Amino acid sequence: MSDLIYTEGLKKYFKTPSGMLHAVDDINLRIPEGKTLGVVGESGCGKSTLGRTIIRLINATEGKVYFEGQDINTFDKKQLKHFRKEAQMIFQDPYSSINPRMSVAQIIAEPMIVCKTEKDSKAREHKVKELMDIVGLAPRFYNAYPHELDGGRRQRIGVARALALNPKFIVCDEPVSALDVSIQAQILNLLMDLQEERNLAYMFITHDLSVVKHISQRIMVMYLGECIEQSETDELYENPLHPYTKALLDAIPIPEIGAKKQQNIIKGEVKSPIDPAPGCRFAPRCPYAKPECLEGKIREIEVSPNHKVSCVLYY
Amino acid sequence: MDDEKLLDIRGLYTQYDTDDDVVYAVNNLSLSLSKGRTLGLVGETGAGKTTTCLSILRLLPDKIGKITAGEIYFDGKNLIDLHEEDMRQIRGNDIAMIFQDPLSSLNPVYTVGMQIGEALKYHGIYKNEKEIDKRVEEMLELVGLPKERKNDYPHQFSGGMKQRVVIAMALACEPKLLLADEPTTALDVTIQAQVLKLMNDLKEHLNTSMILVTHDLGIVAETCEDVAVMYAGSIIEKGSAEDIFNGENHHPYTVGLFASIPNLKVKTRRLKPIDGLMPDPANLPKGCTFSPRCPHCMDICKTEEPPCVMMGGEHMIKCHLFTSK
Repeated sequence: MSDLIYTEGLKKYFKTPSGMLHAVDDINLRIPEGKTLGVVGESGCGKSTLGRTIIRLINATEGKVYFEGQDINTFDKKQLKHFRKEAQMIFQDPYSSINPRMSVAQIIAEPMIVCKTEKDSKAREHKVKELMDIVGLAPRFYNAYPHELDGGRRQRIGVARALALNPKFIVCDEPVSALDVSIQAQILNLLMDLQEERNLAYMFITHDLSVVKHISQRIMVMYLGECIEQSETDELYENPLHPYTKALLDAIPIPEIGAKKQQNIIKGEVKSPIDPAPGCRFAPRCPYAKPECLEGKIREIEVSPNHKVSCVLYY
Repeated sequence: MDDEKLLDIRGLYTQYDTDDDVVYAVNNLSLSLSKGRTLGLVGETGAGKTTTCLSILRLLPDKIGKITAGEIYFDGKNLIDLHEEDMRQIRGNDIAMIFQDPLSSLNPVYTVGMQIGEALKYHGIYKNEKEIDKRVEEMLELVGLPKERKNDYPHQFSGGMKQRVVIAMALACEPKLLLADEPTTALDVTIQAQVLKLMNDLKEHLNTSMILVTHDLGIVAETCEDVAVMYAGSIIEKGSAEDIFNGENHHPYTVGLFASIPNLKVKTRRLKPIDGLMPDPANLPKGCTFSPRCPHCMDICKTEEPPCVMMGGEHMIKCHLFTSK
């Protein structure tokens, strides 16, 4: 199985008045064709920045992103335009990511106009209707405006728009976090059906660990810009290694009575990502922190095949 | 009225009059809460959860929102009959509310110490500044913040810390009833776990009753003794947490709600969401409000409002399916 997209030491820093903000720091990931990589972490850990960097909505500071074997950061204008057709994004907030002054049909047709894939307006209209059918939007919404629709239907527009150019890869940035549970389940089912039909690869960004388990084959846990653990989904939930992953799993409220009693609630909060101190970034909150944790960069250890963790406990 | 009951809402109707429509936000809602208990009020966006809380405190938007029928007994008094002046004495003092968004419920131009002290000063519990100051420091420490930070402004705190400040504000007067409207929705999971634990500890410590409004069934399972499920402005099922999570019989909406959450333990290929959407509260369907989405819909459901069927103990289901049994 070939990797559709992979990165090597990907970094994205932002300059701020008080120093360098390490939003994404040295990320190595790979996503095979037709598979889903879940990216989990708390707010401010760089998940969205990673999603944007990987499809070059923003340029990387350092490191490489390979798409079908080519480095996307070296693409010229023409190559980049072609890449845009292959890689799309679904945004978090279905309220602010679509233009309120465009009708549903115009929104879904826009990528085809921009990338000149369907030049004939009749053919385009046909394609829009087809896409609306695929994502489950009734034809009567063809000329509707976004404000007439609820959150779930708006997110369906976002999905239809992302599919308009037949991409191979979609970055889904918290696509269901603004939706109610019953609507969330409808969108998750839709995304999984589409993946099966079209062999799509997803990078699924979320903070919800039950959602990510449901949809992903592989999961990456991020903390302050760094990947701290990466593994196949089932392995990660059965055998979490990093203390942060364990704490994260412990913190999920489970809808069962008496589901758990012993709880390891981690103390403190996420530190600032501006000019982080060397060593493990989780150390200030970690119950197992040792002096070694703060000495230099933490190496990534492959504990078992495909299960990598960055923690001194496993040296 | 039962002495044990701190809050008893009977047949509450609340509506909002907008320019075009009348929005029926709460319809025939009855609810009671005993002292020292926590009730989880569960439902999706637009179910009327927040409106219920605002109705209790009579904080509905002026001229637009109004209570059209029903009684709200708190500690034996009907809050609906009270004068605005008397109501003010209750707000913040006997009943306090924690709002959903900690960012917008704090005033950015006052220090957090002043904001915590405001209710104390207003309700005249402590007479002089020194006493108030001491109490503010006490409250900050109670919620796990260093007391030196009372002179800081809200922007100097993180989201989780701001929510702690809001909790300190709500608890400063030791209210008998705490209304917590999605107190952890804006927070990350690890911070959410901290805040929930804090609220649980404080509730036990102060023996406060609490209504916890949430859409997260996981939080309910962890913190609530009683549960009420809301749909389109009415309670469609209520009972002890045991009844709702482990009971045999459920309202079809409750079943759908549970089937929509991905389960961490059981692997399912597809989720089974409820088809369709919540009805428009300005245009509610006749009969049972859930009937258009219900997989077990019968003819009677489309015409008649279902009765509240008692399933044994405190467990109530508002559904025609159970009337014959």
